[in-house]
Amino acid sequence: METMLKNKKIQVTGLSKENEVVNITNRENGAYPVRMETRNLNVKYGKVSAVKNISLPVYNERVTALIGPSGCGKTTFLRALNRMHDLTRNASVTGEVLLDGNNIYNPKVNPVTIRRKIGMVFQKPTPFPTMSIFNNVVAGLKLVGIRNKALLNEVCEKALTQAALFDEVKDRLNSPGGSLSGGQQQRLSIARALAIEPEVLLMDEPTSSLDPQSSSKIEDLIHELKKNYAIVIVTHNLQQAGRVSDYTGFFFLGELIEFGETEKMYTNPAHKRTEEYLTGKFG
Amino acid sequence: MRSIPENKTLFQRRLWDRFMVGLLLLSTILVMVPLLIIIGYVIVNGISALNWEFFTEELGSPARAMQGRPTGLIHTILGTAVVDLIALIIAAPVGLGAGILLSEYPDHKLNPPLRIINDTLNGMPAILKGLLAFALIVKPMGTFSGLAGGFALAFVMIPIIARSTESALMNIPWSIREAGLAIGLPRWRVVLSTVMPAARTGLVTGFLIAFARAAGEAAPLMFTSFGNNYLPRHWTGMILGPVDTLPQRLYSLAISPYKEWHAMGWAAGIVLLVFVITLFITARFLTRVKKED
Amino acid sequence: MKKKEEQINNVLKKPVGIIYRWLGDRIFLSAAVILGLSIIFLSLSMAWVLYGEGSLSFGEFGFWGFLRGTTWDPGIQLIFGALPFIFGTIVTSVAALLIAFFPAMAIGIFIAEYAPRWLGNIIENLVHLIAAIPSVVIGIWGIFVFAPWMREKVYLPVFNWAAEHYPSLLPVLGNPMGYGMASAIIILALMIIPYTTALTRDAIRQVPKEQREAAWALGATRWEVIRMAVIPYARGGILAGAILSFGRAIGETMAVAMLIGNKNNFPFSIMGPAATMPSVIINEFREAVGSLHLSSLMAIGFVLFVISLIVNLLAAYITRKLSISGGQVA
Repeated sequence: METMLKNKKIQVTGLSKENEVVNITNRENGAYPVRMETRNLNVKYGKVSAVKNISLPVYNERVTALIGPSGCGKTTFLRALNRMHDLTRNASVTGEVLLDGNNIYNPKVNPVTIRRKIGMVFQKPTPFPTMSIFNNVVAGLKLVGIRNKALLNEVCEKALTQAALFDEVKDRLNSPGGSLSGGQQQRLSIARALAIEPEVLLMDEPTSSLDPQSSSKIEDLIHELKKNYAIVIVTHNLQQAGRVSDYTGFFFLGELIEFGETEKMYTNPAHKRTEEYLTGKFG
Repeated sequence: MRSIPENKTLFQRRLWDRFMVGLLLLSTILVMVPLLIIIGYVIVNGISALNWEFFTEELGSPARAMQGRPTGLIHTILGTAVVDLIALIIAAPVGLGAGILLSEYPDHKLNPPLRIINDTLNGMPAILKGLLAFALIVKPMGTFSGLAGGFALAFVMIPIIARSTESALMNIPWSIREAGLAIGLPRWRVVLSTVMPAARTGLVTGFLIAFARAAGEAAPLMFTSFGNNYLPRHWTGMILGPVDTLPQRLYSLAISPYKEWHAMGWAAGIVLLVFVITLFITARFLTRVKKED
Repeated sequence: MKKKEEQINNVLKKPVGIIYRWLGDRIFLSAAVILGLSIIFLSLSMAWVLYGEGSLSFGEFGFWGFLRGTTWDPGIQLIFGALPFIFGTIVTSVAALLIAFFPAMAIGIFIAEYAPRWLGNIIENLVHLIAAIPSVVIGIWGIFVFAPWMREKVYLPVFNWAAEHYPSLLPVLGNPMGYGMASAIIILALMIIPYTTALTRDAIRQVPKEQREAAWALGATRWEVIRMAVIPYARGGILAGAILSFGRAIGETMAVAMLIGNKNNFPFSIMGPAATMPSVIINEFREAVGSLHLSSLMAIGFVLFVISLIVNLLAAYITRKLSISGGQVA
């Protein structure tokens, strides 16, 4: 398995072969444990329900895509997974989100610890514009008081390599993060999220503000990253969801209509709404 | 899984977080306390020094106060009104004109330097505006005068009015102007009869703020309107001769060696404070009303 | 619709309409340009007049000689040097800014980041109030309440303590009469806080939500978000606010004149009386009789003008240089 993926990295250039890999791995899905799980998760903004009663597993070393028309609650759901709603004034979350069996909404759990275990990449690239590339990557480490230059260097190189950005920026690690192109900035944001070694990686439409070339780089990256992480990606791009994910959840009006293996859902959706959405009848 | 050690525990970081919040709060309190103390002192000392004569009598010589004869600052209050009004009459057209140029003719070549120079003028110490009015008005006239004081305060008001007029007019959507031009109105009619009425709350707010800023200034008046212990015999004396104004009189009373005058200084302080703060509150209230519209 | 078209045509056809439109626009624009030009003229004439009025003094002592001169004696020798006042202005303003900067920034952060909206509004209005209080009103409080209190509770104890233990410090500390450099600095610090606070708050409100969320998502605490994402992004506005405060401190006249003790002799001490450029103008201009004395005061006005000009332009330059747009550092 491991070698196969490695080989893929070298040989795959087109899309068809990537899909092959997905097919192969899907057959073995029993081997992947559940990393995260939501149980009856509800999110309300004031009195308006944005996410209704959603229970959904996130498998380790797999990519889970959340699709659905805009405004269907998929981003709201994703943000509930690392307690980002704590920051919104009138948002309230009920239900459970389990990370390795522990509820992250347990009052005893500090959201700060949770967010270090569950990294997040946003729609827009968000490098800290005044920090150097290097400092951007290790920003999360400096927070916990790591000052050891050798360790920081090592982590920085590793994270940038994982984010497939190292070769492009290794000669200018000290220039500001704002000086990179949009696609590079997004990979820098990913590197920054990876540097703190999260257990789960949440991606909120990570390619929506990028050009096609940068998008495909990010997609390749997701394939690489799933070897080590559980990944949840929100996307409005159905082709992208099909290309990168192993599991797909279809959201509609705040509800989870269907969840299952991507391949099955794309070829043989169980619900009529899913089929209509996938075939472009609405959304 | 994790290979990275954490040198700071979460407890330490949260403690630091709380500590910084405490520091922010402490700074806020540290600044609020003297502010409230100042206002408290002015109110308490001012009210106890205020009496009916304060608003009806003129100041006269220090002997008058020391012998307990009635004395007040009626000439100062009238003088302040005259000087401030002169300033407003001079400053309003200049500030409005410049503001209209900046907002209604955005491509005019004069605008970039005008904007920088106007902001610079706004940042210039008020005392320099007094020196300018001294050189331009007092020297040629050969006497200190309310007119010179009015000019000095106008120099304080002009850049503020220009800026606030610009931003008040800018807030009016461009489509309103286009609608006016489309029905064949010439540009100047559009500005005068559609844009400016639409922006009137913003314009008035700017005038009030400029007026309040100038009304509290003493420095430009010390050597322009100079000050006067008596009411001029004829009202023209307020414009053409030296005239008293509240901020300048307050300073003179405070640095005088007479206890009775110190008390009058506090009284002048509360009158000035109430006047200026009323202007500011009205201005802020208008801004809020406008926002809710 | 047709009616309107007819109206337009009527206006365009009439010769009166042409005058009304064409000439009206010309006159209107000319008036605006003239009024705009008058502001430019006013500013230039300020420089010109101050230099012209001060030229007698500049001629007598030389421009640099006037700036470097440490003696100011309008009574006997008729020697005028501006250095004590330039020094007094710079020292009081820098010290006031050092004292005011962090609290002012802290209030701005507190209003924008921590305080609930109602509390933030109250504090914001109170801070604006500081700027609204006339300088002379703060001055009268300074003269009759603040300075005597400082003398009893701070200056005298410090002075007595120093006299007992470190007599060599006494010349540095100066006369603890209450009216002096230290009192003026503290009052000045209070008075310039609103400018830094207002610009800090504005700059913080401009920080995009995404920047904050990025920091939250890295597992930052609230303060760490402010330090990592908010303050760096808002640094241009914060710095501009500080410089603006500095500019206000340089030009602040009445409260300083009422508290600083106004002593021309150089060098100054910490608690003892001193003078600044505006305070000496206020104190001596009304009584100045000699033409050289008057000219020297105008010359000080010119120096004050130049320093203010530099500070103002610097603030504008820094705001532009450090502002961040769209994630790009300009």
